[in-house]
Amino acid sequence: MLGLIAGIPYWAQSLLRVLGGIVAVLLPAGTIVYVFLFKMMSFMQSRLGPMEAGPFGSLQLFAEVGKWLQKEDLYPERADKFIFKMAPLIVLSSTFLLVAVVPFGPDAWFTNFEAGVFYALAVSSVSVLGILIAGWASANKYSLLGGLRGAGQLIAYELPMVLAVIGVVIQADTMNLQQIVVAQNAGSIFGWDGLGNPYILTQFIGFIIFMIAVQAELTQTPFDMPIAESELVSGYMTEYSGFRFLIFFISEFATAGVFALIASILFLGGWGVPFSWFGWTSIDSIDNWMNVVGPLIMFTKMMLLVFVIMWVRFSYPRFREDQLQRFAWKVLIPLSLVNIMATSVLKVAF
Amino acid sequence: MTMLGDRQQLAYIASQAADARVNVELETEGMTLNIGPQHPATHGTLRIIARLDGEQVVWAEPSCGYMHRGYEKLTEVRTFPQVTALVNRIDWLGSFANEVPFILAAEQLMGIEAPPRAQWIRTILFELSRIANVSLVLGDLGVQLGAITPVFFAFRDREYVLNLIEGATGGRFHPNFDRIGGLKDDLPAGFIDETRAVMRKMRKFCDEIEGLLFGNEIFEARTRGIGVIPRDVALQYGLSGANLRGSGVDWDLRRDQKLPMAWDKVDWKVWTHPDGDSYARCWIRLQEVRESTLIVEKLLDSLPSGPVMAKVPRIIKVPEGEAWVSTENPLGEMGYYVVSKGELGPFRVKIRSASFNNISIVPWLLKGVYVPDIITILASLYFILGDIDR
Amino acid sequence: MSSLAEITAVLGDAVEESFEKGPEGNVDTWVRVKTSAWRDAASVLREKLGYDYFCFLSAIDWMPSPYGRGEEDPTAEREPIDSTIRQGYTGGATRMQVFARLVNHRTHHGVTLKADVPDDSLTIDSWVGVFAGANWHERETHEMFGITFAGHPDLRNMYLPTDFEGYPLRKDFPLLARIVKPWPGIVDVEPLPGGGDEEGGAE
Repeated sequence: MLGLIAGIPYWAQSLLRVLGGIVAVLLPAGTIVYVFLFKMMSFMQSRLGPMEAGPFGSLQLFAEVGKWLQKEDLYPERADKFIFKMAPLIVLSSTFLLVAVVPFGPDAWFTNFEAGVFYALAVSSVSVLGILIAGWASANKYSLLGGLRGAGQLIAYELPMVLAVIGVVIQADTMNLQQIVVAQNAGSIFGWDGLGNPYILTQFIGFIIFMIAVQAELTQTPFDMPIAESELVSGYMTEYSGFRFLIFFISEFATAGVFALIASILFLGGWGVPFSWFGWTSIDSIDNWMNVVGPLIMFTKMMLLVFVIMWVRFSYPRFREDQLQRFAWKVLIPLSLVNIMATSVLKVAF
Repeated sequence: MTMLGDRQQLAYIASQAADARVNVELETEGMTLNIGPQHPATHGTLRIIARLDGEQVVWAEPSCGYMHRGYEKLTEVRTFPQVTALVNRIDWLGSFANEVPFILAAEQLMGIEAPPRAQWIRTILFELSRIANVSLVLGDLGVQLGAITPVFFAFRDREYVLNLIEGATGGRFHPNFDRIGGLKDDLPAGFIDETRAVMRKMRKFCDEIEGLLFGNEIFEARTRGIGVIPRDVALQYGLSGANLRGSGVDWDLRRDQKLPMAWDKVDWKVWTHPDGDSYARCWIRLQEVRESTLIVEKLLDSLPSGPVMAKVPRIIKVPEGEAWVSTENPLGEMGYYVVSKGELGPFRVKIRSASFNNISIVPWLLKGVYVPDIITILASLYFILGDIDR
Repeated sequence: MSSLAEITAVLGDAVEESFEKGPEGNVDTWVRVKTSAWRDAASVLREKLGYDYFCFLSAIDWMPSPYGRGEEDPTAEREPIDSTIRQGYTGGATRMQVFARLVNHRTHHGVTLKADVPDDSLTIDSWVGVFAGANWHERETHEMFGITFAGHPDLRNMYLPTDFEGYPLRKDFPLLARIVKPWPGIVDVEPLPGGGDEEGGAE
């Protein structure tokens, strides 16, 4: 929003950014929870989902949030109260920081880092701290096991994720997310530019590895051992209730949305449409209406990817902790290294 | 041993000491984890006390009794017909099947036999309760392993079977329909056609579960080779039902025992699996639900006509004697050892429930597995709390 | 050779009494062995005759309950209860008996083994060394009848609290619910006017 408002005072810019950030976090979280969790998956599981609150249950989310906000803020007697209370905020802040680099249109961005990819990957791993301290501070054995599993898993899957992105970075010649979007939409495949060059085609292996790693980073089934409700009750979230649980809940789905946004930027062409459709040549020649349409395109792509994430979540059983580690270190990481090597060879060759 | 110089010897001792210290330092403190009595994976109130080293179980022991209702004592102050209302609640997912062996034992002592139509209907209801029971556990298996969807399918389709049971007996969960000498009532109108339709649905459900769970690589990775029970161990612990057949023992009480029931009147197959692991046990349950739907259909084809109640006295007094009757219930071998002294009620009833034996192997089986495997193993052994504690 | 003959031949003089009933092809067998031979009987049957499936183990208290069935009219005079101990199949000499069932999983023939438990010591050998599965059954029996199984590794209570006093399945343990309040189902067991007993007939 925010190349557009460069003229207004700094405090107003900051306020707008904060508001924009909150919208950008809550909107995907809300729609994912409502559309996918409540309805889509209910239909997949041959049930109706919410029906009572509002028409077709559309106000269910508000009802749920209202319920959680009313609840008492409980914490275990032997918990380390300060960090127990802080943990959900750390997890949520990681989500907010992640949104900061996501470009929604040619001029609609919060910050336009040169090393945006680097920043996004670094910031996304902050949430592991929140999970770890939530598990430790709860003074509960299930939480502790969940927190430790979470830490091990998130660290293990950080690596394939980074390595999968390197392929994209090599191909796009840049670490700036905005430039990556432009590179895909302005690109061409063997001289044909009707689709641009979305990296999902050329970096398909990278895309698959990235999505698997995202699934693990989000601790969604089949990688949901940190929560594993049939083993560890709720893992690191066991002792949380009321609005602190709500924060975990929101950040879980908001992070899913934000990761889907990043994946759509890296592999699906982000907010853009192929430049050849409208005869644009560079980012400067893009029409201004793309600042409105761009976010909608992003949103559509996000929903698509989240659909995949949720679909997998609701149809797969869960891995075991050691199988998950083996999968990361023995399959994903070697595969992504091969992918990087192939990408660089081809990059030099063409 | 070669003699070492002083210097060498000191170095050797120092290195040994260093090794020892490292070993001591790396020896992490164990943790005792109470799984249950209120835990999402124990479907009931089973508590498992596990000593963990990291995520590995060093020692585990189930602690039951949170649901002990003292049925063996209570039967001593009930009359024979009243006992069925109690034993209904032992395995509450397949209630009708609990009544049958007790009634058969009483009939055996009295020297009467139910008329053929009653035998057929008993067998049909018995198999329906097996389908209702085991189809639910097939869905539940998914939940235990982290897949949420199958259980919804299971609840959806089990409902059709429960409707059938309700239609025939008037009770969804606790029919209390079996009487000494026959059944309370004949089948309702339209039952046969409806049952055929439901059996087709249940076979479709089995296909769905097979595609959703059993064909899944993660499911296989989680269950294959986990919780292997060798054949002789299974026999020693008295495992029964799918747990025994999963270890490769070809033994099904429906086939290998002469009871006044209709199983031997139709043609069906006993499934076994040689592996003895969790996958084998689950797979056999799936096949058995399929087989049961076929048994029901075949029994419906050959359903004889006639009365459903033999002539029995108004006041039932069971002659003095002892009888042991067991049947192949959804959970495994369920038997009653009934001692009668010629009175209105039994003198002593020993209830041999399947889950009690099936769960008694758990301490042996859980040594050295990981925490997630505890859940897999418990789910594959399949117990019902009421069936353990009675 | 019939199964019972085989069993008595293998067990030799450990057999006190035996009994057999049931139609051809579905014969059920009872064998009462000497108290001292209880453990050996299991291992001999397992090793020599292939009775390798352990079905259950429990006990019976043969004393008639001094409390009756709690179904009498509470206002009427109580009839005296005959307290003579009559054992069931294969007889016996003691109030408590343990019994267990073993099955040969190949022939599907099952045998119910019984043994007297001496009234004074209430102790009998444990089967845990022969059938690992007897562990829980013996714990349960110990808890419910107060019978001690010599050689059992761990006779903790399974169901009841550790400090529970009494052995619930013994006949002299009152079922309090029946004593404090008469059974509402008394109506059901009153004989019908006109002697409903003779109505119909089993055979």
